Amino acid sequence: MSSQTQNAEDVQAPPAATPRESPRRIRINLRQSGIYVAFALIVVLFAVLTDGDLLEPANISNIIVQNSYVLILAIGMILVIISGHIDLSVGSVVAVTGAICAVLTVQWGLPWWLAVLATLAAGAVIGAAQGYWIAYFGIPAFIVTLGGMLVFRALTLTVLGNQGIGPFPDEIRTLANGFTDGYLGNVGLGPLGGADIVALLVGILVVIGFALVQWRARRARLGYGQVVDPFPLFAGKILLAAFVVMFVVVQLARFRNLPWVLVLLAVLVLGYSLMANRSVFGRHIYAVGGNLQAATLSGVRVKPVTFWVFVNMGVLAALAGVIFAGRLNQAGPTAGTSFELDAIAAAFIGGAAVQGGVGKVIGAITGGLIMGVINNGMSLIGAPSERVMLVKGLVLLAAVAYDVWTKRRAGTVR
Amino acid sequence: MSDEILAMHGITKSFPGVTALRDVEFSVRRGEIHAICGENGAGKSTLMKILSGVHPHGTYSGEVIFDGEVCSFSGIRDSEARGVVIIHQELALVGQLSIAENLFLGNEIAQRGMIDWNRTNHEAEQHLRRVGLRENPVTPAGVLGVGKQQLVEIAKALSKKVKLLILDEPTAALNDDDSAHLLELLRGLREDGITCVVISHKLGEVIEIADTITILRDGRTIETLDASDVTEDRLIAGMVGRDLEHRFPPREPHIGDEVLRIVDWTVHSPTIAGRVVVDHANLSLRRGEIVGLAGLMGAGRTELAMSVFGRTYGVDVSGQVVKDGKVIDVRSVESAIRNGIAYVSEDRKRYGLNLVADVKQNVSAAGLRLLSKRGWVNEHEEVSVAERFRTALRIKTPTVQAGVQTLSGGNQQKVVLAKWMFTEPDVLILDEPTRGVDVGAKYEIYTIVNSLAEQGKAVLVISSELPELLGLCDRIYTLSAGRITGEVAREDATQERLMEYMTQEVRR
Repeated sequence: MSSQTQNAEDVQAPPAATPRESPRRIRINLRQSGIYVAFALIVVLFAVLTDGDLLEPANISNIIVQNSYVLILAIGMILVIISGHIDLSVGSVVAVTGAICAVLTVQWGLPWWLAVLATLAAGAVIGAAQGYWIAYFGIPAFIVTLGGMLVFRALTLTVLGNQGIGPFPDEIRTLANGFTDGYLGNVGLGPLGGADIVALLVGILVVIGFALVQWRARRARLGYGQVVDPFPLFAGKILLAAFVVMFVVVQLARFRNLPWVLVLLAVLVLGYSLMANRSVFGRHIYAVGGNLQAATLSGVRVKPVTFWVFVNMGVLAALAGVIFAGRLNQAGPTAGTSFELDAIAAAFIGGAAVQGGVGKVIGAITGGLIMGVINNGMSLIGAPSERVMLVKGLVLLAAVAYDVWTKRRAGTVR
Repeated sequence: MSDEILAMHGITKSFPGVTALRDVEFSVRRGEIHAICGENGAGKSTLMKILSGVHPHGTYSGEVIFDGEVCSFSGIRDSEARGVVIIHQELALVGQLSIAENLFLGNEIAQRGMIDWNRTNHEAEQHLRRVGLRENPVTPAGVLGVGKQQLVEIAKALSKKVKLLILDEPTAALNDDDSAHLLELLRGLREDGITCVVISHKLGEVIEIADTITILRDGRTIETLDASDVTEDRLIAGMVGRDLEHRFPPREPHIGDEVLRIVDWTVHSPTIAGRVVVDHANLSLRRGEIVGLAGLMGAGRTELAMSVFGRTYGVDVSGQVVKDGKVIDVRSVESAIRNGIAYVSEDRKRYGLNLVADVKQNVSAAGLRLLSKRGWVNEHEEVSVAERFRTALRIKTPTVQAGVQTLSGGNQQKVVLAKWMFTEPDVLILDEPTRGVDVGAKYEIYTIVNSLAEQGKAVLVISSELPELLGLCDRIYTLSAGRITGEVAREDATQERLMEYMTQEVRR
């Protein structure tokens, strides 16, 4: 066979040199960053439509506080979706945990921190109960959480007796709705007016920290002989991020300092991103969702992974429940209605795949913010709520269609 | 020409990276039973899929002439309309529907869109009687045994006014009584003038029932024989061929002590209650040794491997796995890996790879514990590990961050091998390591297998391709119906001998 000798030569041939910057790499990056570009475009669009009102200090603060609980839910939901499942019960869990927190603080008079911890524990129990049926009993998550949606709504009504409980202790209200104090006073920013020094310092520290982490990662990659972005692109990305962070922080500092929920969200996003990317548990979530059988045959203990993903979802839903109730200053029977849909939409707009195995925490946050900005921007220009709903629905469809389309195109390129 | 119901001329069919059929000639006389024989992967099923329109016209080259007319079937409906019906190895009945509903599925007896149940059940009963199945047509098909389901499939074919019936391994899952009944039925159909094409591995059965036998090998027609004066040995010689090409890298074996021994390993089927899939198997592997496991489809090769690897197949498993003289726990994949066993599955897309992840994540998937401290993965280390394997195994990919989906079959297989090599096992079980891989990449994979043995690892290779086992292995076990039926050293191994052990029928 003549092809034999050829093959033998093939084997001995040195591996082809890898182009450091191939066009394919750039295209993949474009696909991953599509969501951020879309977010930027939507912000610019509404900034123009509202004559800049969208980016006013008070409004930025509003967007963050109004959407905080959906963003917290989206963090849990993206992990559930990456693992190949879905959770329809989170809205009802928000309601029942809010009610539990209200009973513990208002009726039983527990200290606020103990009540919050107990509520989070209740969320964990709820997540464990659902996770058990899904992971160990093998019932599809769709069914279990659809049942949960009804059960926990029913429990909410039972606990509350069909009326709201409030008001909440000040600490919980501050966590949900309040701002950091001006510990160091204000500083004049010329035409922008006075701004809180603490907020500005936090913003500067975040930017410096971000730059340092990126710089160290780049050095480590170079040390391991890996390909990195060319320096101008690297520096450009950091400058862009710094600009965005500082813009938001300056606006917030001009308004009423940093919302506590923003601090909380920042910690959650950082922690969960690290967990998803760097921890063995996070990797196992991706492996289970990407190919269940392959994960099983690679020694991943699939059932505990699924179980803990749902426990985590329960805890985050409880946290969202406390914050939502604290923000309204009362736990109501209709709290959290259709929150599950917002959280699921955020995850899919943010690039999660329906089949599982794909998605990012920061993507889900961006997806949630896109919907938040659409909500807020459209209400600023006085659009009726049915039109807001219509646009959100179409955006969800468009985002997933774009994802499917790019995937198909990538598939044909090969 | 009129006594030739089917003629296929110059059929060539390629899949990405593999040519399954090359210039195949195949013709069938009207009213005969024609058997097709060949090793796994010889192209038998592909040829039948072309005939039945599963591979539509245009995806292959060559000519199909059925009943005197050139055919260009674009799907299975076209071929069935002409009277060609295929019954696949995996039965295609809907278990929840009744026998009658299954018989007329896609072909319902209806008036103005409403099904005429009386006629449906009445006609179903007549077809069932013809195949000798005494069951009520309203019984759900799922409650029937495999043998009876097979008969329902044939009745279904009869309801479509079949002229040419194709059966792919019809008796593979049947017991002796059901097989005998089925063969009798085929003879009856021949009396009625229905032509049958049968694909079968059971050579005794083939000689008994067929009028004519065509042998395929490596996607080519080798010969067409009259079944009246042929022996099993003659068939085997045709199936395996005489020439063994030199397509294996040279190797000097350095065989050490025994590292793994499987003792009295018995596994039961998780789906068919009471069925023994692996039957008191014993085998041993030594350091630096490449051992083959040969067996026909359904012999229990994969089931044996997967049941040893963390009980990922089977129920009611008994027996022992002894490593370095100590009985080890292989009840979970995790403990099997920790005990130094790796299993590369035969179906890399279903069981081997996370196709939505990139190369490096696939390489590290089974060995994260080696890359992590207190639950945190060292990502930089991960990339350099993946790079190391990319170089060592010559995985052709632009970067290790590229999606594993974009790689060719051979390179995907190397990623799976890298994943298991990274867990630093002492024993590797490779299940069909070169399936769906082109010739060049096969050579590279053989080179990798050789180097694993050179490092003192024991390798168990499961393969349907006998030449592959003969070229690669120091010793070969044969498996038939779940039993180890032979153990042959490299020097004594011939394809004929292996085939003889592999087809040895075990009576239960």
